[in-house]
Parts: sequence; C-alpha cells; structure tokens
Amino acid sequence: MSIIIDRRLNDRKKSSVNRERFIRRYKSHIKHAVTDMVSERSIKDMDRGGDVKIPVRDISEPTFRHGQGGDREAVHPGNHKFNPGDRIKRPEGGGEGDGSGDQGGEGDGQDSFTFTLSREEFMELFFDDLELPHLSRTEVGDIVEFKMQRAGYTRQGSPTNLSIARSLRNALGRRIALSARPRHELQAVSAQLAELEDEPQTQELERRKATLRESMELLGKQISKVPFLDDIDLRYRHRVPVPKPISQAAMFCLMDVSASMDERKKDLAKRFFTLLYLFLSRKYQKVDVIFIRHTEEAEEVDEEHFFHDARTGGTVVFSALDLMRQIMTDRYPAGQWNLYGAQASDGDAFGADPDKSSDFLSEKILPDLRHFAYVEVPDSDSRPSRLAAAYRRIDCEQFAMRQVRERRDIYPVFRELFSSEKA
Amino acid sequence: MKKDTTVVLGAHGHVSNAANKRGPLSTGAEWSFELLAKYDRAIGAIATEEFGLDCYPNQIEVISSEQMLDAYSMTGLPIGYPHWSFGKSFIHHDHEYRTGMRGLAYEIVINSDPCIAYLMEENTMPMQALVIAHASYGHNSFFKGNYLFRQWTSADAIIDYMVFARQYVRDCEERHGVVAVEELLDACHALMDFGINRYRHPKPLSPADELRRHRERQEYSWQQYDEIWRTLPANQAADTSSRRPTRFPEEPQENLLYFVEKHSPKLQPWERELVRITRKVAQYFYPQGLTKVMNEGWATFWHYTLLNRLYDKKLVDDGFMIEVLTSHTNVITQRGYDQRGYGGINPYALGFAMFTDIRRICENPTPEDRQWFPDIAGTDWLKVLDFAMRNYKDESFIAQFLSPRLIRQFHLFAVADYENEDTMGIDSIHNDAGYRRVRKLLAQQYNRDYLLPDIQITNYERDGDRSLRVQHRRHRSRPLNEDASRVLGYLQRLWGFKVRLDTVDEEGSVVHYEEAKPG
Repeated sequence: MSIIIDRRLNDRKKSSVNRERFIRRYKSHIKHAVTDMVSERSIKDMDRGGDVKIPVRDISEPTFRHGQGGDREAVHPGNHKFNPGDRIKRPEGGGEGDGSGDQGGEGDGQDSFTFTLSREEFMELFFDDLELPHLSRTEVGDIVEFKMQRAGYTRQGSPTNLSIARSLRNALGRRIALSARPRHELQAVSAQLAELEDEPQTQELERRKATLRESMELLGKQISKVPFLDDIDLRYRHRVPVPKPISQAAMFCLMDVSASMDERKKDLAKRFFTLLYLFLSRKYQKVDVIFIRHTEEAEEVDEEHFFHDARTGGTVVFSALDLMRQIMTDRYPAGQWNLYGAQASDGDAFGADPDKSSDFLSEKILPDLRHFAYVEVPDSDSRPSRLAAAYRRIDCEQFAMRQVRERRDIYPVFRELFSSEKA
Repeated sequence: MKKDTTVVLGAHGHVSNAANKRGPLSTGAEWSFELLAKYDRAIGAIATEEFGLDCYPNQIEVISSEQMLDAYSMTGLPIGYPHWSFGKSFIHHDHEYRTGMRGLAYEIVINSDPCIAYLMEENTMPMQALVIAHASYGHNSFFKGNYLFRQWTSADAIIDYMVFARQYVRDCEERHGVVAVEELLDACHALMDFGINRYRHPKPLSPADELRRHRERQEYSWQQYDEIWRTLPANQAADTSSRRPTRFPEEPQENLLYFVEKHSPKLQPWERELVRITRKVAQYFYPQGLTKVMNEGWATFWHYTLLNRLYDKKLVDDGFMIEVLTSHTNVITQRGYDQRGYGGINPYALGFAMFTDIRRICENPTPEDRQWFPDIAGTDWLKVLDFAMRNYKDESFIAQFLSPRLIRQFHLFAVADYENEDTMGIDSIHNDAGYRRVRKLLAQQYNRDYLLPDIQITNYERDGDRSLRVQHRRHRSRPLNEDASRVLGYLQRLWGFKVRLDTVDEEGSVVHYEEAKPG
C-alpha cells in the first residue's frame, strides 16, 4: 500500500545555502561581472539584479577522464549515408569522437556559465566591504544618549519590573526545601497510623493513635506555616543604562548642474551619486541624505529631481557650500549627527569663487564633518581646473578628491573613497 | 492490506463487466489526493497482480517546482551536505528553467525503502499517473530486483546515512571552518569516481572468529613445534624482510579514496570521516551509473504497459491516453547523429526499445529472432524480462539482447577514430556483416572501464618519504585529460606528502609522469 504525502509546505529554498556558497567562492569573478554591468547600465536600472556570466572553465570540477587522442570507436544512431570503409573528416575539437553518450558537464558547448543575481545579492557584491569613513569615532567620543539594556535580575527593584516567573520559581524551591523535614515525618507518621489501624483495637492502641494524630496535626501546621511567597523570593528584571553611540548620519550630496556640465559629465556625476545613495541607503538604517544642486544659486531638492531633472545656468560653487552650512546649523548639529559631504563638479569656477569656496570649506565646514569627497568630472583635456587647484591646498585628513573621466572609472573611484578602513 | 485492495478492485471490475457502465477514474487535468490514491491503487493492482512486479512499499510525495529544483541539484537525494558545487548545479538548473531552456523532469525517485517518488504539483492528472507508473512501479521494482542495487546499496539505510552526513559536515564546518571543509570536499569530489569498490570484500571477522582463528593457529604451531629448529643460526636479513613486505600496498589499489581514508599519514580523524562520507555517496550512485539504459528503459516500458492496460480496462479516457502518449513519445525520441539537439544515445529510447523488443521476440519471433535468440524466442516474456532486469547491467544487457532488428531501426553505425590515421573511418554499420561488431562496440560504450581511465595506487613509501605512487595504465594509447594535474593536486592535498602519477603504456614502460608536492 502506498503512502501519499503532501510535502509542498515543507521548507523550500533548501539550496539557498549552497547557492550562497557558490557565490562566495566565485566572488572575484562575479564582482568583475558586476563592475562591467555598472558601467553599462542606465542610472534608473542601477538598483536591480542581473545576469552574471562566468567562464565555465573557471568553475569546472576536475576529474580524471580520457583526453583527446588514442584509438577509440563510437556508436551513433541515424546513419543514412555511410557504408563500411567510408572515410570522414575528423570534426574540429574532436566532439564526435567523445560523444559517447555521457553529458559534457554543465552548459554543454557553452563557454560561459550564466546565472541571475537577485537585487539583494547584486547590491551586496556591489558595496562589498565599503564603509563610511571615520564612523567609528563617535562610538567612544561624545556620548549624548543612553539606552536601557537588560542585565539579568536583581533582588531589589520597582514592582513594575517584578519577574513573576523567576520569583515563583524561587518560592517553589524555598517551599520544597523548608517543608521537606515535616513532610517526611508526616509521611512516616501516617504510615505508622495506617499500620495501627489494621491491628485489633485496644486502649493502649487508641492512645498511641491519638498521639500520632496529634503530631500529624502539628506537622501539618508546620508545613502550612511555610509562606507561599516570601520577600527573599522576589526577583526584579535589571536594566542598566548603556551609552549609545551616535550612528545617525547625514550625507550632503552637492552637484553642479551648470551649463558647462554637459550631458556626459552630468551622467558621470549622477552615476557617482546614484552609487553613493544606494550605498548609504543600504548601509545605515538612519541616514538622512540631503540633495543640493547648484548653478549660480543653490537649492535643496528631493532625490527624484536631483537625478532626473534638467536645469542649466552659470556656476557659483560657494552658493552650494553656503547652503550646506546653513542646513547643517539648522537641522544637523554636529554633536548629534555624523556628517558627510560629497561634491561633484567639472571644476569650472570663476573669479574669486574657487578660493572663497575652498576657504569656506576648510574653515567652516570640514571641522564638523567626518568626511568630504570631491569628485571632478573634467573636460577631456586634463588641465587642472581652478576649483581643483584651490581644493588641493586643503590639508585635512577628512578631505579627499578624485577625478572621474569615464564611466568605468566611477566604480573604482567610489571604492577607493569608501573602502573600509583597515584600522 | 494489499490483498484487500485488490479484492475490492476485482469485485468492482466484476460489477462493471456485468453492468458495463463504469466510467473512467477521472476526466480532465485536475488532480487531487483522493484521485492520486485511486490511480495508485489501480496501477499498483495491475503491476503486482497481473504482471507480478516486486516492489518496495511506495511513498509518493507531492512537491512544488522549487522543491524539485532543490532535489535536482542535490543529485536527486532529498538530503545532502552543504557544498558549493550543489549550489552551482542549482543555479544552472534554475537559470535554465526560468529562461525556458529546459523544463523540469517530471519525476525523481529515490532508491530507498520505502521507495520515495516525487510528483510535481504543476503536473496534470495524466502526468501524475504516468509518473506513478514510471517511478513507483517501474524504477521501484528495478531498484528492488537488479543485482547491482541488491549488492551495493542498502535501500533502508540511505536516508538515515545522509541525515548523519549532513549533520557531520555541518559540525565540522562549525569546528574547523567552512573553508577547510570545503577544500577537503573539493578534493574528495574530484576523486569520487575513483572511490568505488567494485568487488565485495569479505566481511571483517568478528572478535570471536578472530580469537578462534588465533587459537587454531597456535595449536597448529604447537603441533609443528620442533626443538631442533631453535639450534639453527638466525638469518638476520631474511628475518626483517619477512616481518614487513617491501612493497605496500602489495597489490595495486583502484579505490583511491578508500586507500586515502585508511592510510593517509596526515589526515585528521574528521577529514577521514569526510572522505568516507563522499566515498559512501559515490558507492551509492555506482549502480545507477551502470544501469542507466536498463533502469530508464524498464521504467518507461512499464509506464507504457501499465497505462495501456488501464486504458484497456476502460479506467481512463482517450484524452488521458493522448496526453500520456505525447509525453511518452517526447521521452523516447532518438535524434540522429546529424540532427539538431543530438546528445548521444538516449537511454530512455534505447532501453524502452530493447525491453519492448524482447517482449516481441518472445511473443512473435521472426526467423531471424529464432536464429539470434533461440533461448528466448517464443517463451514467456514476463519471465525473460524479469530475468534480464535482475541479472544484467547496461553493458551486458546490450551485448546479450540488442537484436539486429533494433540496430536497423536505430540505424546504428560505428565510427573508428584512430590516432595514426588522418581521417575517421566507418567501422561497421547496420548490415549483416556489422550487427555483431556494432553490438559489441555499443556495449563497450557502456563499460565503465572503457569510459574511465585505469588509475591505481601502486606504492606507498611507508618507510621512506611517505610519498605515494599512482599509476595510469594507458589503454589503446588514450592519454589523460587536461584536468589530470589539478586532480593530482587534490590527491596530494588528501595524502599530505608527495604524489607521483606515472602513465605507463601497454607494455608497462613509463611514458609520462607528473608530480605534486606539498606546499
């Protein structure tokens, strides 16, 4: 007789462990593919999974087999033209000679092994071991907040923290321990009494029974005197204050959208910020991102407008920095927030603007910041821009600047700026 | 229990014959658990009562396509230890399935007692019935009957063993790290095909037997004791040599993993156990590799026969049969060598054709059949089929039962590819002169020794540098593949000391050697 079982509700995804292992093992290959993908994709598609290709040879599992060469015969079906003794050309690669019916492993005849990465996996690899710089500082530094954390049990506490289960457990133990002797005695006495019941009735016996009953009563009283709950049983949940490091961060994204930023440059800048935004939104639960774009004047915009809205005009870098400072003082006091800044521009700035901006940045903004990254998207001829020249004078470990010329530079530069510290 | 159901079914059949109004078990594509049970009873009754198939009890499990993919990538076992290579095959199957390059197999069956068969929930009722007939009665009876399975697998223990293996591997990972375990398993997997016992070893002696043998020996030596021998001068040299044979192992060993497990000087106890686990798994799959054509052919023959019988008994309708036959035809398609999608000989096609042909030879033999198969022509086909199923593997099955008629039907031809010739030659085709030659060559193609190179351990330098010497005996001057040096590296990892691989030609002289050293 057969048994029929419905297993559809059993755990699925049994293979996910093995899948993860595979990805971990071939991380370097997959990362390579991911980097390629990033440079090919449009900005809107950045935040998605995708197909990854790995050369089959790199992931093959070797075994001892016969190689090419030597003498062999193979039987095939479907003959419709050959007679014994006919000669035929050896096919390239000797495929036919080996076609003895066993499968040629994964992906017959294909030279790459293709599979699909989910969005999560894609992002994981994308931002693997990237970290916001200098975040660790706040963990010890100026402690502002405490949070209460469980820390076992105490004998004293407020009634609201009373742990009923613990207290009753103690009470039960105590009751058992304290009433042990009288209970044993009571048992013995009642056994004696039961024995006497069976014997013939005499006066002597009656007397002995009476004393036994008396002592039983006494023992019963002793037992009942053990209190159900005593002060020493009580236990309270203990909570201690633990200093809470600030892990809330605010990131300022500054982008130049002036006329000199042509579509190509804007695209590069936006790509950089897209990466940055994805990275931040993935890394921290609470990260405020402030988008500031500027022409000759700066404005704070939302994410959608920042990335997908066109606008042209002149360039005044200072306006953006000034707005940033303003927002910092208004909404993000440095004592309570980890502040980061990133700026993208082609470096075209005129008159006093570059020097003014540079001074303003190093004096007013950088002291309060954990990190500030400047990414320049220069014109193809690489004259150092005026803004870059001015920024280069800034001597501060929180400041970093890089140039991005082509799409494929973005990811490496991004990694360079945010690769986790090795401290 | 079984008796009861058949009695009930028999009674039903009787009534239906009289009243002649009993319809099919079901119509349409929908299946339900009640229907599955109904079909299973009907198919089981035909299989066991009419055709006398001997099966393990069945356990039919309904799973989703995701679970089917999981089972697929674990090489068909419901439980497996974690390893990236299973992830690789999962990703591969998953990708192919999603992109529509390949559908899922509609069944997986596990050689266990009770015999577990998986049905996919997406299948239609006719497909479920097909799978039940194919897996739960076809494969099942093959697992129970075939000598290789009887000899090499213990169907009642495999699931428990895999549970143990998974837990063991996980514990090792926790204790020694995922990477260390993975690296070791990689090495074992590379050598899995060479971790198989092909001959039964005698059972180890029980302590009682050992004691008895020891006593017998002592008694014998007492009987032989002669004081005079003590006066002979002792021969120092002869003495040491007799204590320990110079060569170890005395005979070449073909089970590389077994030798590693027992004698590797460096493996940790847990590593040894992992080697053992992979070895056991390889051994479990060993019969399946040797009986692919027979096993699939047998199961296909029986689903075809059983379901046709259902139809004859008017238990299923025309629509049911049409769907079944469509799938059946897809399964047994054999493409020609020059057609698109040709991937060698389809074991389903060849196996099904052979079993059907044996039945035909028994029932309607032609003069040719009488000449080629005088033993079985015109005898009881059920007995012949049962005998063939029990006592053959692919190689011997083809060598014994492939008829000229089938060679013609498949248009089989043999191509010879010799190293010292510029072109390949047609060795033989489906004509009178070629039948025996084609049959012999095709049988050889299913010979494991022909497919795998002959690699054996010849020497372990026990008293010297502990190096291991492995010999590849070349056959018909076929060299090893390019992977060989990587595999040698894995063997070296397991062994811990130097490993040398000699390739010797037919005369026994070394034509090539390679070494893998630690570090």
